[in-house]
Amino acid sequence: MISRLSDDRSRAAIAASIERRRVDTRGLLFKTILQSCLLITLALLAVLLVTVVMDSTDQLGTRLWDFLQGTLRSRSEDDRLGIHQGMYGSLWIAIIVAVLAFPIGIGAAVYLEEYAPRNRFTSFIEVNIRNLAGVPSVVYGLLGLALLLNGQIFGLDRLTGGSSALSGGITLAILVLPIVVITSGEAFRAVPIELREGAYGVGATRWEMIRTQVLPYAAPGILTGTLLSMARAVGEAAPLILVGAISGRLGDNPGLFDISALTDQFTALPIVITSWTVQSGRDVGFTAAAAAAIVVLLVFVLMMNSAAILLRNRFEKKRG
Amino acid sequence: MSMTEEAPRVFERPVTAGEPSAAPGIPPLATERDIVFSSEEVNVYYGSFRAVRDVSFDVRRNEIMALIGPSGCGKSTVLRCYNRMNDLIKDARVTGTITYRGTNLYDERVDPVEVRRRIGMVFQKPNPFPKSIYDNVAYGPRVAGQKKGLDDIVENSLRKAALWEEVNDRLTDSALGLSGGQQQRLCIARAIAVGPDVLLMDEPCSALDPIATARIEDLMQEIKQDYTIMIVTHNMQQAARVSDTTAFFTADIGSENDTRTGILVEVDATQKIFSNPSDERTENYVTGRFG
Repeated sequence: MISRLSDDRSRAAIAASIERRRVDTRGLLFKTILQSCLLITLALLAVLLVTVVMDSTDQLGTRLWDFLQGTLRSRSEDDRLGIHQGMYGSLWIAIIVAVLAFPIGIGAAVYLEEYAPRNRFTSFIEVNIRNLAGVPSVVYGLLGLALLLNGQIFGLDRLTGGSSALSGGITLAILVLPIVVITSGEAFRAVPIELREGAYGVGATRWEMIRTQVLPYAAPGILTGTLLSMARAVGEAAPLILVGAISGRLGDNPGLFDISALTDQFTALPIVITSWTVQSGRDVGFTAAAAAAIVVLLVFVLMMNSAAILLRNRFEKKRG
Repeated sequence: MSMTEEAPRVFERPVTAGEPSAAPGIPPLATERDIVFSSEEVNVYYGSFRAVRDVSFDVRRNEIMALIGPSGCGKSTVLRCYNRMNDLIKDARVTGTITYRGTNLYDERVDPVEVRRRIGMVFQKPNPFPKSIYDNVAYGPRVAGQKKGLDDIVENSLRKAALWEEVNDRLTDSALGLSGGQQQRLCIARAIAVGPDVLLMDEPCSALDPIATARIEDLMQEIKQDYTIMIVTHNMQQAARVSDTTAFFTADIGSENDTRTGILVEVDATQKIFSNPSDERTENYVTGRFG
């Protein structure tokens, strides 16, 4: 029989069995390890950021405006050295990616998640899209080279002007397309079944249900995914090298929003950074220029992130 | 508060000729025109698995029919046959016939979207859309192409759902800010707004507290004069309180492979089911001896 609580002896036994609080050494050790992991991550980032910013002061601190307006030069002391052409390329690559990859990727995801029947064929397609997202970016560069520059297919090179910001943008749009499809698909899958049933229950068609429930609910998730893919596209250098981004001298500065320069020879921020870093071996002054270009690229990405976060918050507020 | 007469209808409801002129106290005889649903030998399959077997019963207009039975007996599955909601489940298949006012709901010419406008549904978990209260109620009429007169429809639907007094000063607020009971009444208003003929309710009170439940039950009694209602409930007292007719389902455990198939045990006047059922299994269930 179980002894009752009123039994004094059992009270003492209970006290003895539960009053055993001690220091949990293993738990503390575990927590400390986790904290150091975080600390290492932060420290590395901080070192990177601090060195880059410090190195960049030679350019950004003394001649910020000239640097932003300047062009690619062969000597680091050149007064006209600057980042403008890289900014033009990266800006338009971002715009082309947004215009091409986002609608096509989101559309493909809507079809795959909401319309396509679930069978072996569609899951085969899905697995392959996931694989495509993991394909090294150089391979996409080769695709861009064949498709847009060499004119092997459809003679597209006449349209893109060969090596151009347009070619680079299209190549990177293809690169991020699978990522957009996957992240959007995940956002659609997170839409609660209750919302779908509620819409169907009052006589909505599938399209109406998707338009009024699925898309608004999934919007923040889609936005997060597209933002990540955009940051990836803007940071890529390898595919751009293959589609012929210029790292040496380039012609005149196009206006930042001059569309006619889209089919001209181009460069982009990651290419400029790589090229200047390589050149710093013979001309130390390029170290500061490369660091300054990195800061410009970081600010660029940061601005895009903030815009996306603001938009996402607005969508989420709407979602209630 | 009876706003029902002047409530504008978005859709014509099927006109039932020959209103039975019943003398008070004497229940009118069911004529063929009174039959809203007639189901014969309905089977529901998920793939090759038969979830519900040979269900046959009728539902008459302006009555509340309760579907009761233990978990896993297929009540909700049966309910979802009546507005083609099972269409949305992959691999689900319905055999047998279900006629709605004489038309076979599973005829290939029937448009499930149109069916769902006439046969509305209220779900187990209150599922307001993440929109304003107004937009929730106006949702159905809007997808049906209605643009004018939405204010009246919203007001009338909310009044019918006994929610107007509580929300009329904050129609533009998010519906997600309402309490659970209010949300479920909003869902009822949303279903009413498209002018349905039948309301299917799938355990509408299972997520609500007793006070909110009582409000929904009162509401059902009030709107029953305008609608035919089918309600699935786990709560036997609720079935006894609100329904006119009760169908008792149970799960038939297959002898070979231990599969559970829902079967209909009996359908009768609610009073009879709870006081003097014909089948022993029903008696065991309603007296709490199993289930």
